[in-house]
Amino acid sequence: MKKENDNGKPRHRYGMVIDLDKCTGCGTCMIACAAENNVSVRPDQSDKERAITWMRLYKITNGKEFPDTEVSYFPRPCMHCDHHPPCVSVCVATATKLDFNTGIVSQIYTRCIGCRYCQAACPYGARYFNWWDAYFPKDKGLDRYLSPEVSPRMRGVVEKCTFCHHRLMRAKEQAYAEGRREIEEHEYQTACTEACPVQAITFGDLNNPDHKVSKLVKHPFTFRLLERLGTEPKVYYYSSRDWVRKLGDNFLPGEYKPVLHKTWMQEEWSTKPGRDTY
Amino acid sequence: MKNRANPSERPSQSEGASSRAGFFPKWLNINVAVQDVGFFLVGLIAALIVGWVVFPAVLYSKQTQPMNFNHRLHVSPDIGIDGETREERCAYCHEFRDDGTFAGIPKLDKCTECHDDPESPLGDTPQEKEFLERYVSGGKEIPWLIYSRQPDCVYFSHIAHVNMGELSCDTCHGDFADNEKLPVYQENRLTGYSINIWGKRISGIYGDKKPADRMKMDDCAECHTKMGQEQNNSCFVCHK
Repeated sequence: MKKENDNGKPRHRYGMVIDLDKCTGCGTCMIACAAENNVSVRPDQSDKERAITWMRLYKITNGKEFPDTEVSYFPRPCMHCDHHPPCVSVCVATATKLDFNTGIVSQIYTRCIGCRYCQAACPYGARYFNWWDAYFPKDKGLDRYLSPEVSPRMRGVVEKCTFCHHRLMRAKEQAYAEGRREIEEHEYQTACTEACPVQAITFGDLNNPDHKVSKLVKHPFTFRLLERLGTEPKVYYYSSRDWVRKLGDNFLPGEYKPVLHKTWMQEEWSTKPGRDTY
Repeated sequence: MKNRANPSERPSQSEGASSRAGFFPKWLNINVAVQDVGFFLVGLIAALIVGWVVFPAVLYSKQTQPMNFNHRLHVSPDIGIDGETREERCAYCHEFRDDGTFAGIPKLDKCTECHDDPESPLGDTPQEKEFLERYVSGGKEIPWLIYSRQPDCVYFSHIAHVNMGELSCDTCHGDFADNEKLPVYQENRLTGYSINIWGKRISGIYGDKKPADRMKMDDCAECHTKMGQEQNNSCFVCHK
């Protein structure tokens, strides 16, 4: 993967590692995301076909009977694919683009024509269509939570997670005010990362060896969703459980090779299992 | 029109034309052609006048600011505003906050740093008197009309351009500092945006185009490319 942009300056590749062992499925990331990004609500928010949740929480089980049943939750933001994002290549209006300098898949809402090709192309279902104009019930006080840093979307456009891009811009402005050009790891964190009560989400620059994420992604327990599509998602998941990792892709019977077996257990890193090793 | 479609039906005209201009082909009646071009030009010029002069005059509403502000007076070094250079004196009122965000048009408390007493004006202009009476004594904000207000979906970082890009204010805003009178605010009746965003000329033809003439997306991208900042043409650099 190229680490420099066309001008020879180092490029960033912002990414996320979500620890599924820690995730309790509380849904705080969904709420924090919606509040941060002016995601509108529906009068009937239980209609999941139409409701918009940039960060969606899924529940998976290993499908076994009672004593062996295990459940895991996994939050799913936009994967910000690094290699030819499917949504970008199908966009007829050039309204969405992979920003090569940050690795964030960006979108101009005012340019979107609402054809929903990107929604169909996204293998992760991370894109949502606005069937109605944004709705923030005034009597509930929701309009007072609106953030001026994110533009509200209008009816007829598609929207998705932006890795809280406005927070990156905010951090940059702060850095410029202090005479710096580069920002620190802690200055740019997404809303879901900050909100997670068990700190299951780690966010940072995958190209920066000092950032925590770039170390975490090297762990053998990390995997990505539908990795073999070749879209190179920048959202990684971490799980010590084999059945969870197996559900991350469509494996044929017998195709999946467990990470955790005896030779791994004898390795030094696995005597201290988990993220603390790194 | 009928004649030109059927040249064989008008023998007398075609004879006259061939004697006047020998090298034109027979089917082309030069008199009619000159007439047609003339009518076309008259129509084109009339349409351009309607499109470039009459239409903008109807489209843009002209509004005057709630009160006049003399930029030249305030930016002159002898009035007592801190700052060595003119840029620094601009930034005294149009300041950056500590977190790097730009304050834009200053609020009343910036004015009252100097104009603190409504009873004793600092100068002797009628505008200042009006300002003290109407706004300072009642503590009322001045409802300025903002010339360069961008749509909701646009993000612009002043500090990135001024501190990091080392652009001066007048590169994009024009030489406001020499204005004694605030220009008329012209609002597009359809979109609600100011003429400073859409461009002073609806034709889009500028002899020597300056950044202050127009503030649309193409103009931002053009300047980024010219300055060797192509990486800043990504969507999310200017959109939010």
